[in-house]
Amino acid sequence: MPDTSNSDAFVEFERVQKSYDGVQLVVKDLNLTMPKGEFLTMLGPSGSGKTTCLMMLAGFETATYGDIRLDGRPINNIPPHKRGIGMVFQNYALFPHMTIAENLSFPLEVRKIGKSDREAKVKRALDMVEMGAFGGRRPAQLSGGQQQRIALARALVFEPELVLMDEPLGALDKQLREKMQFEITHLAHRLGITVVYVTHDQTEALTMSDRVAVFDDGRIQQLAPPDELYEKPQNSFVAQFIGENNTLEGTIREIKGERCVVQLDDGELIDARPVNVSQVGERTRVSIRPERVEFNKDRLQEGAHMLKAEVLEFIYMGDIFRTRLKVAGNDEFIIKTRNAPDQVRLEPGAQIEVGWLPDDCRALDAPKT
Amino acid sequence: MTDAATEPDKITGPTPDIALRAGDKTKSGPVLAADGTPLKRSLNRALRAQKLRALALIAPLLLFVLITFIAPIGDMLFRSVENQIVSNTMPRTTAALQDWDSNSGDLPPEEVFEAAFYDLFLASENKVHTRLGSRLNYEQSGMSSMFRRAGRGVGDIGDVYLDQFKDLDRDWDEALPWAELMGDPDWIAAQDAWSEADGPMPSFELRAGIAEVLPRTADAYETFARFMQDSNGDSPLEEEPWSMVHTALYQDLAAGDVAGYDGPRADMLRAADALVADPAFETISFRDGFEEIDEDWLSVENWRVIKLYSPDYTVGYFASAVDMEKTPDGIEVRPEDEQLYIRLFQRTLFMSLVITFSCILLGYPIAYLLSNLPSSKANLLMILVLLPFWTSLLVRTSAWKVMLQQQGVINDVLVWLGMVADDGRLVMINNQFGTIVAMTHILLPFMILPMYSVMSTIPQSYVRAAKSLGATNWTTFWRVYFPQSVPGIGAGSILVFILSIGYYITPEIVGGTSGIFISNRIAFHISSSLNWGLAAALGTILLVVVLVLYWAYDRIVGIDNVKLGG
Repeated sequence: MPDTSNSDAFVEFERVQKSYDGVQLVVKDLNLTMPKGEFLTMLGPSGSGKTTCLMMLAGFETATYGDIRLDGRPINNIPPHKRGIGMVFQNYALFPHMTIAENLSFPLEVRKIGKSDREAKVKRALDMVEMGAFGGRRPAQLSGGQQQRIALARALVFEPELVLMDEPLGALDKQLREKMQFEITHLAHRLGITVVYVTHDQTEALTMSDRVAVFDDGRIQQLAPPDELYEKPQNSFVAQFIGENNTLEGTIREIKGERCVVQLDDGELIDARPVNVSQVGERTRVSIRPERVEFNKDRLQEGAHMLKAEVLEFIYMGDIFRTRLKVAGNDEFIIKTRNAPDQVRLEPGAQIEVGWLPDDCRALDAPKT
Repeated sequence: MTDAATEPDKITGPTPDIALRAGDKTKSGPVLAADGTPLKRSLNRALRAQKLRALALIAPLLLFVLITFIAPIGDMLFRSVENQIVSNTMPRTTAALQDWDSNSGDLPPEEVFEAAFYDLFLASENKVHTRLGSRLNYEQSGMSSMFRRAGRGVGDIGDVYLDQFKDLDRDWDEALPWAELMGDPDWIAAQDAWSEADGPMPSFELRAGIAEVLPRTADAYETFARFMQDSNGDSPLEEEPWSMVHTALYQDLAAGDVAGYDGPRADMLRAADALVADPAFETISFRDGFEEIDEDWLSVENWRVIKLYSPDYTVGYFASAVDMEKTPDGIEVRPEDEQLYIRLFQRTLFMSLVITFSCILLGYPIAYLLSNLPSSKANLLMILVLLPFWTSLLVRTSAWKVMLQQQGVINDVLVWLGMVADDGRLVMINNQFGTIVAMTHILLPFMILPMYSVMSTIPQSYVRAAKSLGATNWTTFWRVYFPQSVPGIGAGSILVFILSIGYYITPEIVGGTSGIFISNRIAFHISSSLNWGLAAALGTILLVVVLVLYWAYDRIVGIDNVKLGG
């Protein structure tokens, strides 16, 4: 893990805004600081502004307002080819009329690096992605995964300190994608490069990144390491967007420091942890991860609030069981239990009680209606 | 792109697919279908119905193309070597000329003139002798008038005999006596009884035995009778024979003896025989007859040309098309001042190349702009590109005439600006310059459209990738964008070049004399000089040149690299 407390920022967005049409802001007041060596993922639904941010960093879009700094230097007015930023594109963008070796040699040639140096660097880069034998082929003769590796090698061959990746694994099948995720992170950490990675795949974001910036509506909704993002979402968008979530709506009845009591809309009371609610009487949406819901009373704290639930559906998924319940009027309430030898398989129609640790139940802002 | 076939991504564990493939490999011999027939055969059977349906779908177009395109072109190509007009019009003469040695320097023997008399007599009755004359005139000037005169003159030869026989007995210039002498009695009866309602006339039959007594006359009369029946629809019983028949009669009577003849009109025939035997009977040799018609008929050179072109097929048209001529001594290059076509072909190729390059230079930036603009603006620009397509070709070409002529818009503006003196107005039309300008304008859309469709498939990410890798705008364009747009240039170039090499209307209007193409010459031979054989030969050469260039292009650039669209 890089030292995230490092104060000299390598990449910095300061109050950056971007509008294409002069009417709507695609990026609204973006502030982001990245230390050197960090692997940061921009995650968000399409249209959330994440790719625009990446393009502004690469120099293909200009910021309407605000500063972007690289290594302390403002780069707003530097053309893309002078920024020295490596980039991997979604469709790889390998030049189809050049061989693999020529593709890799291209950034070195335009930098006027000598032939022998060039060849050594190309070979090293190809070996790095285990594609040493493919230098003479054309991109069209390679599979998607191989093209992906070459695109990566090409972005790294001129030894940039910052590499941008725009949904680079989007076109690969699941198995290959997971393999490449590990390879890219290992490579990035081994080489100590700073990576800005754009994806809309949350699993990818969680498994690869040092920090994840969740984008929505042109703003960063939360910027945090993956575990924090998953376990401690700061608002209901992040909670909904990252992983699976059960939500129940209600009103704050009582706040006592790290605890609050929420009265659900059907009158039941539950304990929760207040996150971004502050007043008694405020509407709230509480969120509980399916794997933190417990129906075995022995495992819960004494005095924990329990809710009545009706089992609607039991789905066997191999490693886990997924059970759909009707809880407090919500019939999309999911619980996940590990497939352990002593695990109970709930029968549809059974009446049970469910509960959770108050820390796992987060009272977040209610969506505006 | 499949991941399974390539190495680093290969899945090494057993999957159903891998197991299946491994299973297949262990078997040897042809793969069998479930019912035991070889898989290939059963696949073919399964695909046959599909193929038949596909064929049925394209059949109307195929027929249309075959009838309206392939067949006329084939016919045209055939005309470039076809030469049957000589042997069809003068069959006896060409046969008789076989034995004549054209290099001897002597005139052909009397038999050839005799054959020519009968051939030309019939040809002039058919009115085809002038056509043959024009045909041979392509090879030797003067032959046209020689044949035209012969058409009129052969009658004079025959009249020598006709007049004398007629003076002896009026019946020799009557229809019926001749019919009785030559015709089969049954046929005469049938022809006599025939009326138009009965359908076709009973075909003329020679009387048995008459061909032995009067072989030439029988032949000549049969030809006459058949001609009357078939071509004119007249009854031989009512038509006086041509003097060609009388000439044949004289020849028969002079050569043979009719004393033993006792058929109809025997007295008349014997009297004629006696007349011919009389030393006072006037005769004329065919050779002298032709000499009287036209001195040219006694030119050895002309007879050599006739013999040279008597075969059914000839390379003469092709020789002419490349500025050579077929002579009795072989194929020779024409004198310098008669050379025309090679220069025209060269000019056509050169100007087509210039036009193609001008189109590339003008079209590339437009295509680039089109493919990089947002679609709403690109559509507007595209309409401007296509606008000329919606205007008549003639209007556009004529507009150039207005623009470029010496009293035209451009010259006026230049004079007004003082860049050109009023008496030094530029000549920009009726020369190569005018043709190149007008044709570049007219063919430009054919260059822009394929370029555009290729360029619009080049993703923006290539350009971005190149820039992010450190390439300047120019390097990005030259090393990344341009190579990928080459297929569009190739497609546009082929299109423009092939279109311009055969272009006709624009050079015709603005080309003057120095700016015309080979196609204008082809059109001239088709519609004015009517030398279709030469036009066909020129067209064939043009077609072959285009095919050769296409082949060369395929070898050098590769036709797979040509794209008309994504």
